[in-house]
Amino acid sequence: MSAVAAFFYLFSAVAVASAFMVVVSRNPVYSVLFLILAFVNAAGLFLLMGAEFLAMILVVVYVGAVAVLFLFVVMMLDVDFSELRQGFINYLPVGAMVGIALLVEIVLVVGTWTISPDLIRAPAPGAATAAAISNTEAIGQVLYTRYIYFFQAAGLILLVAMIGAIVLTLRERPGVKRQDIGAQVARTKATAMEVRKVASGAGLEG
Amino acid sequence: MAIGLTHYLVVAAILFTLGVLGIFINRKNVIVIMMSIELILLAVNINLVAFSTHLNDITGQVFALLVLTVAAAEAAIGLAILVVYFRNRGTIAVDDINMMKG
Repeated sequence: MSAVAAFFYLFSAVAVASAFMVVVSRNPVYSVLFLILAFVNAAGLFLLMGAEFLAMILVVVYVGAVAVLFLFVVMMLDVDFSELRQGFINYLPVGAMVGIALLVEIVLVVGTWTISPDLIRAPAPGAATAAAISNTEAIGQVLYTRYIYFFQAAGLILLVAMIGAIVLTLRERPGVKRQDIGAQVARTKATAMEVRKVASGAGLEG
Repeated sequence: MAIGLTHYLVVAAILFTLGVLGIFINRKNVIVIMMSIELILLAVNINLVAFSTHLNDITGQVFALLVLTVAAAEAAIGLAILVVYFRNRGTIAVDDINMMKG
């Protein structure tokens, strides 16, 4: 068995096993950690396929951002997760049946289906230079030229998601004193000072 | 035995099925349902990249980048909704999400 095959079976076995643990794990914190493991192994699969850029993006975006976000929310919410697991056994037969049916269908479709050889492109213009250009460079060459609108749309999606998340979770707490700069600047001498006549020997009241 | 396109497609199919299974058996826990959705999107990404490298067409990888972006945005918005919901109701059980039934 070649090294590529060995690593393929290693990565895919760990990815599938950790994906299974994500689904059946008792504690959602463990689920998130297994999700991270699944993503890292999927990044390994991407590396084996030769998509180095996406492998690194997967590690950075998923493990660095999304999984940490999940972990943060799971730990922030004070939820009794054992209560949420009630009915797990009841749903298991239906879920297993649907899952097995889906898997069999997908494998039947994929197994009986071949790709027309016409679709497979030549490795690149000038086959000898195919290895000279890295995967990242190849993506960069089309991402900012042919797919520029596509790239902008992706940025727009992230912007909308950012604004949406901020708007959803921002809240004004009552009873918290904040500095109101407008009110401070709008003060005049008339509203700020009061001249009183004080009789000698008597203090000011109020 | 050389590792070909079919091997990657089978791995992606298994991951996809596990994601769907997760949605079915964790019906009460929104957080695990969202993690299952992430697994499904990961399986889609593996498919896209496998076809991209097999067909020598970089477009599939550019598209996988968009799927990654959408998955990140979906996780952020979904978790924000979850936090707001928990703040208002004190629970995240899916059965209790019925305020908008009309």
